[in-house]
Amino acid sequence: MSLIDISGNLLFVAFIAYLVGTLFFGGAIKSTKPDGAVNRADKWGKIALVVTIIGFLAHLGYFITRWIYKGHAPVSNMFEFTTAFGMFIIAAFILIYYMYRLTALGVVALPVAILIIGYAAMFPNDVDPLVPSLQSYWLHIHVITAAMGQSILAISAVAGLLYLLKAIDPKAKSKSRFWMEAVLYFGVLVVGFILATVIFRGIGYEANFTYIDTKDAEAEMVYNMPAIFGMNEYTLLTDDVMEPLVEMPPVINAKKLTTVFWAFVFGSIIYLVIRLITRRSILDMLHPLVQKVNLNLLDEVGYRSVLIGFPVFTLGALVFAMIWAQEAWGRFWGWDPKEVWALITWLFYAAYLHLRLSKGWEGKKSAWLAVIGFAIILFNLIVVNLVIAGLHSYASN
Amino acid sequence: MEKIICVCGHENPAGTKLCGKCGRPLTEEAKTSKIVDMKYDGAAIRSKTRNKSIIDKIWNFFSSVRVGITLIIINLIAASIGTIFPQEFYISVSTEPEKAAYYEKTYGSLGKLYYELGLSNVYSSWWFQVLVGLLAISIIVASIDRGIPLHKSLKNQRVKRHESFMKRQRIIAEGAVTEGDSANTMNLVEEKMKKLRYKVRRDGNALLAERGRFARYGPYINHVGLIVFLTAVMLRLVPGFYVDESMWIREGEMRAVPGMEGYFIENEKFILETHDNQQTENQELQGVNVVAKNYQTDVKLYKQADNSIPGQADNLELVKEYSVRVNHPLQHDGYAFYQMDFRLNEIKAMNFELTNKETGASLGAVSIDLANPQDEYVINDQTKVELMGYYPDFSGFENGEPQTATPTPNNPAFIFKMVTPDKPEGEISFVAIQQTIEPNGDNTHKMAFNSVETRNMSGLTVHKDSTIPMLAIGGAIFMIGVVIGSYWHHRRLWVEQLEDGTIRLAAHTNKNWFGIKKDLDAVTAFAHLPTYIDQSEDDQDEKEKEGDSTL
Repeated sequence: MSLIDISGNLLFVAFIAYLVGTLFFGGAIKSTKPDGAVNRADKWGKIALVVTIIGFLAHLGYFITRWIYKGHAPVSNMFEFTTAFGMFIIAAFILIYYMYRLTALGVVALPVAILIIGYAAMFPNDVDPLVPSLQSYWLHIHVITAAMGQSILAISAVAGLLYLLKAIDPKAKSKSRFWMEAVLYFGVLVVGFILATVIFRGIGYEANFTYIDTKDAEAEMVYNMPAIFGMNEYTLLTDDVMEPLVEMPPVINAKKLTTVFWAFVFGSIIYLVIRLITRRSILDMLHPLVQKVNLNLLDEVGYRSVLIGFPVFTLGALVFAMIWAQEAWGRFWGWDPKEVWALITWLFYAAYLHLRLSKGWEGKKSAWLAVIGFAIILFNLIVVNLVIAGLHSYASN
Repeated sequence: MEKIICVCGHENPAGTKLCGKCGRPLTEEAKTSKIVDMKYDGAAIRSKTRNKSIIDKIWNFFSSVRVGITLIIINLIAASIGTIFPQEFYISVSTEPEKAAYYEKTYGSLGKLYYELGLSNVYSSWWFQVLVGLLAISIIVASIDRGIPLHKSLKNQRVKRHESFMKRQRIIAEGAVTEGDSANTMNLVEEKMKKLRYKVRRDGNALLAERGRFARYGPYINHVGLIVFLTAVMLRLVPGFYVDESMWIREGEMRAVPGMEGYFIENEKFILETHDNQQTENQELQGVNVVAKNYQTDVKLYKQADNSIPGQADNLELVKEYSVRVNHPLQHDGYAFYQMDFRLNEIKAMNFELTNKETGASLGAVSIDLANPQDEYVINDQTKVELMGYYPDFSGFENGEPQTATPTPNNPAFIFKMVTPDKPEGEISFVAIQQTIEPNGDNTHKMAFNSVETRNMSGLTVHKDSTIPMLAIGGAIFMIGVVIGSYWHHRRLWVEQLEDGTIRLAAHTNKNWFGIKKDLDAVTAFAHLPTYIDQSEDDQDEKEKEGDSTL
């Protein structure tokens, strides 16, 4: 078995460990009866943490073996960066766990990491050679520190989600109930995306097209999902596959739009099935699970994560980024979309820290802010990389 | 100015919430609330005390945290708008009409609107810079407004605080010691708090243990760093501080460096290397066949000797030989050369054979150096070729005259006059790539194309940024400040032993209540103190209204 195979297997082990860990964490916080429940919870929580740490070590093993194999840190394409992001979220969770001994965080942190790793796995995991601008030791320093900062900030969203799961009454109609369910629905959509990709890949779906791009040149495109949206002036080259239903103008990447469409279809079907079987909203199902958590402590963990993560993020995503940009391009700042979105993330958390100073921005509001902050981080990871092309773009097509 | 005189006799400036000496609440609001507002330790801040003149009003506006947050959010939104479509400097057309056409063609009417509103160049627009400027003013004003009173009140802290101050802290305890002799309690508290690395001061029957006070200065330090950084950015507008020039230089060529007086640079060789890997799935997705591995220009940097005439390329001293690569700029004397662009296989010279069309016999070879074309090329006494016209980038005829689109030799064309022993009066021929026109009918001779010599061209940028040290200092101050403010916390514990030996205790921290409670648990167990309560946990609604709001 070569190093790269070992690396892949370790990642799989980590993934399974996180799944198992989630179940144990669920068990640890569920018990509410007085029949020695505290002890049982403690025991389950300990097992859960051990499983999580085993998973993390496997994940770290994946990272190191791939690093050795490639000769540079595996953070240079979408698959690698996203996988590493998932790993750092687990690391940040373990760190915060040892500070606060808050078992309940695992119930949200692990599923978030699982979704992120699952999402990463949908991207090609080949070992790509490095273009000249990435051949610098700053690649490791900048990307890894930025990812660590984002991961610690993500823990504040984990605490925020947990806070909201408990604080929002699933029986009373409210705006926050609606939005919380929307957040959970988004999580299901990610599952939908993974499922759609796996299924169409499994049946080996392929449809080849030629189309006219924005520069009026003819280009080729391979769809791996049934084309709902067609590229500008497309011609279908493959027999016996679906013709696109709608043609898009050249500026829109109809292939990606098609992927988003199928993610919505699969995700929504899963969501509807869950609703039909349980006859309850997801919020309503999760709400009773988290009754034991202490809201005050969660609020503090959320705030503290931002306090710990903010300097790390500043250092990695802004300071190191500027030093590297100065070295590679002779300018420390170039208003590249990814740079701008790192700045936006930074400004947002700066606003969060200042809002914590004024009255009435603790608790629920603060939890929502943490969730929005995480949404911005994900936007920077997904939309800016895949849609808004720039220097940092991993996929220009 | 009006003063508030506390019951204890201490004079406080108007606007003070908690007496600077004993801590008694002075305002109605402070008197009725269950937990006092410990922001700036109750000191009067300028914006809360004066509101008369227009300057006061402007000051008050910018000192408000609410205004500051609003400005952060507005800046955030403005910055995000600039990422909807690519900014102008990322598209490869140069003139205004071309840009307008580009946005409309590529992004439709939305793109046109984007361009017309100036959003395609957001970051250098006057209003974006004004927004950043307003944020900077807000940072300065708010920091001065709050930082100075906070510093004063932290510096002049008394050990003994009034009952009404203690009882309105978030964490309080009152009662008899749970075990042992109460006479020794204060000593035990002092011993334990010192072990926990607190600074302990005692005044009669009162004790103040304090730790991490410097953490309170973190936000002010990082604001100073930000201002230094923003000032450095503005300094770049001052001439001489900032040079940003780009230059194209061909292999074998030497050119004066723009923006760097007295220096010449020579391009010895440009190298492009590619990875020889199998195409990966990602490459396939991106439509990339090969991935570049290295862009490199081997250069020699020369400096004119002293007292030479500016621009004169003789009398040069070699300064440095270097291979400029991406991530590895050539640095000298505050200037840096970066590898930015390249053009491969530009035509350097074209070789022709003067040939007799019928017999195919060659009368001699002519090599034309496109960078330095000669008027005539003499082969022997009777044979020569006159170059009557040279069009480096031939683009067609206009009124019978050949035209050139650019001075770059992308598509060279020539008008030759061939003087031979057979035709001493000369024959005229227009020669372009794959095209020959003989204006005076049938020629006997032709200029037969033989070969072409090419060379590569490298695009370098020349940078000098004298603001870099200042930017670095600003950045470093900011990081230090933000780390101090985030990773250290200001914790205080006030303990007083009353006449009857019972203990009254209050504690405050600016951040991380979980942490201070651990310390309190330790000291409570060690000195047998009464159990403390967290007043904010009594009533969740109350807490949300009150908030704990400290810097």
